Amino acid sequence: MFEATAQNRRNRKVEGLFRLLFLWMTCMLILPVALILGVLIVRGGPAISWEFLFTQPMNNMTAGGILPALVGTVWLVVVALIASVPVGVAAALYLSEYAPDNRLTRAINLAIINLAGVPSIVHALFGLGAFVIFFRFGTSVLAASLTLAVMTLPVVIVATRESLQTVPLAFREACWNMGATRWQTIRKIVLPNSISGILTGVILEVSRTSGETAPIMFTGAAFFLPFLPQGVLDQTMAMSLHLFVISTQVPDVPEHMPFGVALVLISMVLAMNGISIAFRVYLRGRKKW
Amino acid sequence: MSVPVQASEVPDRAIEVEDLAIRYHGKLALSRVTLHVPSHEIFGIIGPANSGKTSFLRAINRMDLMTAGMEVSGSVRVEGRDVRSWRNPYALRQRIGVVFPLPVGLPLSIYDNVALSARLRRTRKRADLDVIVERCLRRAALWDEVKDRLDSLGSLLSGGQQQRLTIARALSQDPSILLLDEFSIAVDPVTTMRIEEVLAELKSEMTIVLVTNLVQQARRLASRTAFFLTGELVEVTETEAMFEGGAQDPRTTAYVEGKFG
Repeated sequence: MFEATAQNRRNRKVEGLFRLLFLWMTCMLILPVALILGVLIVRGGPAISWEFLFTQPMNNMTAGGILPALVGTVWLVVVALIASVPVGVAAALYLSEYAPDNRLTRAINLAIINLAGVPSIVHALFGLGAFVIFFRFGTSVLAASLTLAVMTLPVVIVATRESLQTVPLAFREACWNMGATRWQTIRKIVLPNSISGILTGVILEVSRTSGETAPIMFTGAAFFLPFLPQGVLDQTMAMSLHLFVISTQVPDVPEHMPFGVALVLISMVLAMNGISIAFRVYLRGRKKW
Repeated sequence: MSVPVQASEVPDRAIEVEDLAIRYHGKLALSRVTLHVPSHEIFGIIGPANSGKTSFLRAINRMDLMTAGMEVSGSVRVEGRDVRSWRNPYALRQRIGVVFPLPVGLPLSIYDNVALSARLRRTRKRADLDVIVERCLRRAALWDEVKDRLDSLGSLLSGGQQQRLTIARALSQDPSILLLDEFSIAVDPVTTMRIEEVLAELKSEMTIVLVTNLVQQARRLASRTAFFLTGELVEVTETEAMFEGGAQDPRTTAYVEGKFG
């Protein structure tokens, strides 16, 4: 019969060790997430109330609620989505479905990677120069959202391209062989089978911008503004900047307030991620091939 | 059923290929191919893997335009006209049905799979589409199996059914030429025989180029057969002669007798 050699036993031992090592590393990964959430819930939880969410800040932001910041962040994310999705999806469609594999395409791909690597403070200065000053949008929701849109464009393009590439090439070839143009193929086969993946990916990426502070600081977010924005050319408060301000710039803020703001901000992002993931799971359930 | 045709409109050579060479990124895949395919003939192409059979088919319907790095030289004429003189390659491809080695049921309903070609050509009336769908599915010997579930996904049919769906879709283009690329690779023997019967019937209406990895399939169906080997056309011979020892090249005889490849 089979007799385990010394080598077999050693292999098994090493296998077990590595498994433990990787498991341990994975648990380490959960630790910061658990700690952040735990601290925020314990210390920020008591701050959360209807009043906190739906009233104006008072007494120099040391009391009252966060309504203008909450509404402002929703404005910023929605306008950034509206600005970046059409451009990003169109660019990804071109790169994935039309672009020949030549030097120009490679240069564009390189530019996208580099754009993703630009620090957000540089985007902020770019936004200030381009949207606030050159296009004369002033410090406004529009200027801040466009800055966020430029910043997220590369991830939107990459997410879209990945989603497009999940549609097998054989489907495209079948359509082309029937005499369909590239656009007909995209419209009839590629987009219907990737649009939901595109949207979830894009929402996920853009919702991450709701936490960005630097790009909106010079371009549209206000220190304190007890009004809701009425249009895209108004300034607005935003959650991320508000958190920064009450944590560092304003004296005598009760301790639970910054934690409360952080908890609301992280809940918004998690909720969007949750919707995105639920959508993805639902779609995986009705696979078409 | 008699089909009224005017002799002058139907060239007796559906496909004429002169000195065709195909390169991928500069690397030669197929060279020096000269052959003619008469109308209403089943023309077989046999040869081992990597002999350039699929590339040959792609050159006929100008898929080189959709394939990065693929270059075609020499001339390919379809119905007497050089394929490169078609200003609209999409119209050329509509006249040429293609069936692939692995069945491609598009992720649409069975109905929409077969109606797609007509819809691309702006046929919108449901009644017209219904006629096309039923006729093509019947001719591809699939109608009886799917007529009660035309709304279910074509991509979830079994392999053999999907391949017949692919053929129905190709027929819905109303093609004058049908290119089949090793259609039986993922199909069970019974379905293969049914499809072969369909092809034998279709011969009266269209020209069929049958690339096959089964030499006996070429023997059953093709009136003439070309043998491709490592990027070259070895010969074109009457199929029966090729199998009865009448091949011009000893390599062909060796291949059809199963001695290599």
